Amino acid sequence: MVREFTCIMCPLGCDLRAEAGQGENEDEILVTGNTCRKGKEYAVQELTDPQRNIATSVLVFGGELPLASVRLTRAIPKERIFDVMAEIRKQRLTAPVKAGQIVIQDVLGLGSDVIVTKAVGKEL
Amino acid sequence: MRQTDVVIIGGGPAGLAAAVRLWEKGIRDILILEREHFLGGILRQCIHDGFGLTRFGETLSGPEYAARFIDQALEMGIPYMTDVTVIDISGDRKVTASSRDGILEIQAKAVVLTMGCRERTRGAISIPGQRPAGVYTAGVAQSYINLQNKMVGREVVILGSGDIGMIMARRMTLEGAHVQAVFEVQPYASGLPRNIEQCLNDYGIPLYLSHTVTEIKGTDRLEAVVVSEVDGRMQPVPGTEKEYPCDTLILSVGLIPENELSLSAGVVLDERSKGAVVDEYHQTSVPGIFAAGNVLQVHDLVDFVSMEAESLADSVVRYLTEGQLAECGLEVKTDGNVTHTIPQRISGSQDFKLSLRVRKPVRNALIRLSQGEKVILEKKMPKAIPAEMIQIPVKAEKLSREKDLEVSVVW
Repeated sequence: MVREFTCIMCPLGCDLRAEAGQGENEDEILVTGNTCRKGKEYAVQELTDPQRNIATSVLVFGGELPLASVRLTRAIPKERIFDVMAEIRKQRLTAPVKAGQIVIQDVLGLGSDVIVTKAVGKEL
Repeated sequence: MRQTDVVIIGGGPAGLAAAVRLWEKGIRDILILEREHFLGGILRQCIHDGFGLTRFGETLSGPEYAARFIDQALEMGIPYMTDVTVIDISGDRKVTASSRDGILEIQAKAVVLTMGCRERTRGAISIPGQRPAGVYTAGVAQSYINLQNKMVGREVVILGSGDIGMIMARRMTLEGAHVQAVFEVQPYASGLPRNIEQCLNDYGIPLYLSHTVTEIKGTDRLEAVVVSEVDGRMQPVPGTEKEYPCDTLILSVGLIPENELSLSAGVVLDERSKGAVVDEYHQTSVPGIFAAGNVLQVHDLVDFVSMEAESLADSVVRYLTEGQLAECGLEVKTDGNVTHTIPQRISGSQDFKLSLRVRKPVRNALIRLSQGEKVILEKKMPKAIPAEMIQIPVKAEKLSREKDLEVSVVW
């Protein structure tokens, strides 16, 4: 199997080509087009278990802003993105909210925390 | 009238980075003027990650990236005012601003222009049709969704493949909207390849190149857009019209440096970059007025905005200490394959960083810098694309002080 895709690890956006099942070791994935180690890791990950981080917002009560932005501390399997979005949507925070504050620990058992990325002070 | 060493206009990533660097270098009489209620600029609504890889070696969301600088500025105690809109800058660096307490007038020794950029609108690209609600620029939709908790629509079409448009395609999909497609008038994408991958491909959103919206339909709310293919001269091809029913059209059709204030100060602008003409000190045509960030040239990455502003701050320190900066008599000229360069003027006696963009995608490109017959340096690029800002450090020892610098792209 050959797949060609763009690396998303950095803005360079290398054109990756990943080939599985070549050579003596059937599990080995041959990656070309990458300029760094991260690109190779990404290509292998993308073929075996594609993962993404997501960013969204959580409602805040009594804050100077109605929303606090959040992200995941580590990437989750791509096919679970909408499940995690649904979990995050249920959350409510009360101001003040600090950046780095954990909103959900180990969301859906995926080993990733949902954390606040923007401080929201109390409404004046 | 209040006297201040440095007035910084705009408390976004460029203004904050300049302020922090000035403070670190011992300049204390600084004032940041920000028109919004919070510092941080556009990063406040850019909640996605991918910022900071170059500047901090890790990937951060926009608000986290901004907080790195805001926290530092607050810790240092750098003076700033929010809810203050600068309405005029004079050629002799008198800054007039409107605030809740009335009109402020400040005489500055140096003025730093870091106002950022704004979005091109429907008017700028002259889309024919009716004028219903539901047509937004990508940044406005981003502000509604990420700052104000207002969903802008459910059935979405996006015109323009700018990065913010693609990021909003993903954002709206995550929030339950259906994004039908992204249409781009040019034969190549204007945003970064990784955003095509992670914002469009990941969610099965098709990108159609050489297509544009040729009609907007709807009386109160948007009901449909008509999309046509365009030919090699970007003119719609009759007979290719296709109607897409939708309630929302997002425009991501380019950014323009916000230079009304620069013009009031008499700063000369560059037709190509739409920002100020600057020398290697980031000084504009008006002595003591400097510019960096998206007000100078639209950047691809905020990391480079910060770094450009930090380099500007170093020059401002020199300007304040030495009273004036050396003449930069050499022009940086470009061939037709380069959209613009920063700086546009150099002295030939100092190291500097050259920023540029290519006009169209080129494989195996060679960016060549020369003075007369002499080639100063060549940078090989396997892939050069308009979406990416190319930066090349240039060493003074390679330069002559006699001839203009010519920048060309060959392949």
